[in-house]
Amino acid sequence: MNLLQQGAEARLFAANFCGRSCIVKERFPKKYRLQEIDEKLTKKRLSQEVKALQRCRKAGILTPIIYFVDTTRSIIFLEKIDGETVRQHIVSVRKMQEDSSYHSIYPMAREIGKILAKLHDADLIHGDLTTSNMIIKTSDNKLDKKTNEIFLIDFGLSFSSSLAEDKGVDLYVLERAFLSTHPNSEELFSVLLDAYKDVSKKSSSVLTKLEEVRQRGRKRSMIG
Amino acid sequence: MPLTVIGFEGSANKLGIGIVRDGVVFSNPRHTYVTPPGKGFLPRETAKHHREWMLNVLKQALTDAGLTHADIDCVAYTKGPGMGAPLVSVAVAARTVAQLWNKPLIGVNHCIAHIEMGRLITSADNPTVLYVSGGNTQVIAYSERRYRIFGETIDIAVGNCLDRFARIIQISNDPSPGYNIEQLAKKGNKFLQLPYTVKGMDVSFTGILSFIEDAAKNKTLMAEYTPADLCFSLQETLFSMLVEITERAMAHCGSQEVMIVGGVGCNLRLQEMMEIMANERGARLYATDERFCIDNGAMIAQAGFEMYRTGLKDATYEDLLEESWCTQRFRTDEVEVTWRDP
Ligand SMILES: Nc1ncnc2c1ncn2[C@@H]1O[C@H](COP(=O)(O)OP(=O)(O)O)[C@@H](O)[C@H]1O
Ligand SMILES: [Mg+2]
Repeated sequence: MNLLQQGAEARLFAANFCGRSCIVKERFPKKYRLQEIDEKLTKKRLSQEVKALQRCRKAGILTPIIYFVDTTRSIIFLEKIDGETVRQHIVSVRKMQEDSSYHSIYPMAREIGKILAKLHDADLIHGDLTTSNMIIKTSDNKLDKKTNEIFLIDFGLSFSSSLAEDKGVDLYVLERAFLSTHPNSEELFSVLLDAYKDVSKKSSSVLTKLEEVRQRGRKRSMIG
Repeated sequence: MPLTVIGFEGSANKLGIGIVRDGVVFSNPRHTYVTPPGKGFLPRETAKHHREWMLNVLKQALTDAGLTHADIDCVAYTKGPGMGAPLVSVAVAARTVAQLWNKPLIGVNHCIAHIEMGRLITSADNPTVLYVSGGNTQVIAYSERRYRIFGETIDIAVGNCLDRFARIIQISNDPSPGYNIEQLAKKGNKFLQLPYTVKGMDVSFTGILSFIEDAAKNKTLMAEYTPADLCFSLQETLFSMLVEITERAMAHCGSQEVMIVGGVGCNLRLQEMMEIMANERGARLYATDERFCIDNGAMIAQAGFEMYRTGLKDATYEDLLEESWCTQRFRTDEVEVTWRDP
C-alpha cells in the first residue's frame, strides 16, 4: 500500500479493493498519549466514523462508500473520491483570479450550506468541519457541462444530537477554520450560512446558538 | 544603527522589564506576585504589587544590561489582553519613562509578543504555534499579514484549569501552580479517566475541571487515588487534547514546524508529548524554557522592535503617545503583522 498522506489523526493509503481503487484509513497508535487514552479514543472514533458514514448516505448526503472495516487494526477501506479538497479548490481559485475575490465559488458555498443543513436536520454533528474535510468532485455530464458534487469525509469526531447548541458549535468550528484558512472570505462564508438558513428546518435556534458561542469567545477575558 | 528597545510587561501576576538590542536580549528581570495556597491573584492587589516593584525591576533591567536610559531608543509596553488594573499600572510607568526620556512609546499585543519571542529564541521560521497560558489557549498559524487563530478553547484557558485545580487541592503557588502540578504529577501513576472534549481544532475544559473537582472531594475515590494520581491524570488528558488540536491544525495547514509558547509551554511533559507527535509526522518542535515562555519584558521589547522598524517607522512621538492606551480584550488576529513577508 502506498502512503498518500498523514492526516490529522490517521494515515491514508492508496490501495485496491476487489479491483476498485480505494483509500485505506488507518488510525495508528499515537505514542504521545497514554495507552489508556489512545485505545479508548481510537476505538470510539472508528465506530463513530463508520456509523456516521452510513447514516449520511441514508440522509442523502454524499460520502465515500465503506468497503470494509477491520476493528482490530483500526482500518477502514473507503471508496476513493476523485477530486480535490474544498480547501485546495478555494486556494487555487483565489490564485487564478486577479481580483482575488471568491465570486466564482459562491455556488459551491451555497451547496455546502445545503449539505450541512441536511446533516443537522438528520441530527448528525460532524465534529470537525473544515474545508480539508470536504472533497469536491467535478464531472462532465451529457450536455458537456461541468457539475460539482461535494462529499463530506472524516467523521471520527461525529456524534448524533438534536441540540441546537451542538449544531451551533459545529458551525462555529467551521466558521473559524474557514475564515482562518481563507483570508477575507467573510462574504463567502455568509453565502454558505444563508443557504443553511434557507434549507434547514430548525435554523433559527441553531443560528442563535452560533451567535451565542461567538459572543462567549469575544467576552472571554484573557489573562497572561 | 542598532535599535535598543525596553519592554514593560504586567498583564497578569508577573512584572517583567527587559531590554533587547537587534535580537539580543541584554536583560530580562522579573518579579512574580505569589499568592498563598488556595488563593488566586486579584486585579487590585496585583496592580499594587507591580507598582511597588516597578522601580526595582527597572533599575535591575538597566544595570543587568549595563546601559543607561540614554542608550534606549524606544519604550514598549503591553497594551493587552490582560487584567485591567495591572495593565494600567504598567502602562502608566512605561508612559512616564517614555516622556521623561523623550522616547517613542509602542503598545504591544501580549500574544504576538509571545510568538515573536519564541521565533527569536528558537529561530523557527513559520511554525504552527500552540499558545498556552493562564488566560489563553490558541492554535495559531501565520498567513497574509496576520496570525490567524485556527483553534481555541471555547470556555476557559488550560492554565486557568490547572491553576483552579491547584487551588482545590491546596498546592503552593510558588513559583507557579502549574510547575507544582507538573512535579507532583511525576509521582502519580494511576490513571483516572476524565472527560475528553475536542471539537475539531477547538477544545473545552470546564467539563474536565468540574469532574476532577468532584473527584478530589469524593472520599471513597480519594481512598483509591492520591492527589499525585489526579495531577497525573489531569495533565495527561489536557495535554493529549492540546497536542491533538495542534496536530490537526498542522495537517490542515500542511505545516512541518510547531512551536509552543506561553507559561504552560515550559511544562516538560507537554513538550515531550508534542515532540513525539512532531517526530511521528516528520515535523520539528521548537520550545523555550521558563525565562522566555513565562511572561517577561524582553518579549514585549522584541515585538515592539519589530513594530517600530516596520509599520510604525514613520509615526511621530506625539501620535504614539496619543495611541498609548490599554485594553483587556485584544485578539491575536487583530494586529497587522508588518514585519513578516506577506
Ligand atoms: N475517500 C477519500 N477519497 C479521496 N481522498 C480522501 C478520502 N478520504 C480521505 N482523503 C484525503 O485524505 C485526507 C485525510 O483524510 P481524513 O479522513 O480527513 O483523515 P484525518 O482524520 O487524518 O484528517 C483528506 O483531507 C483527503 O485529502
Ligand atoms: Mg481530516
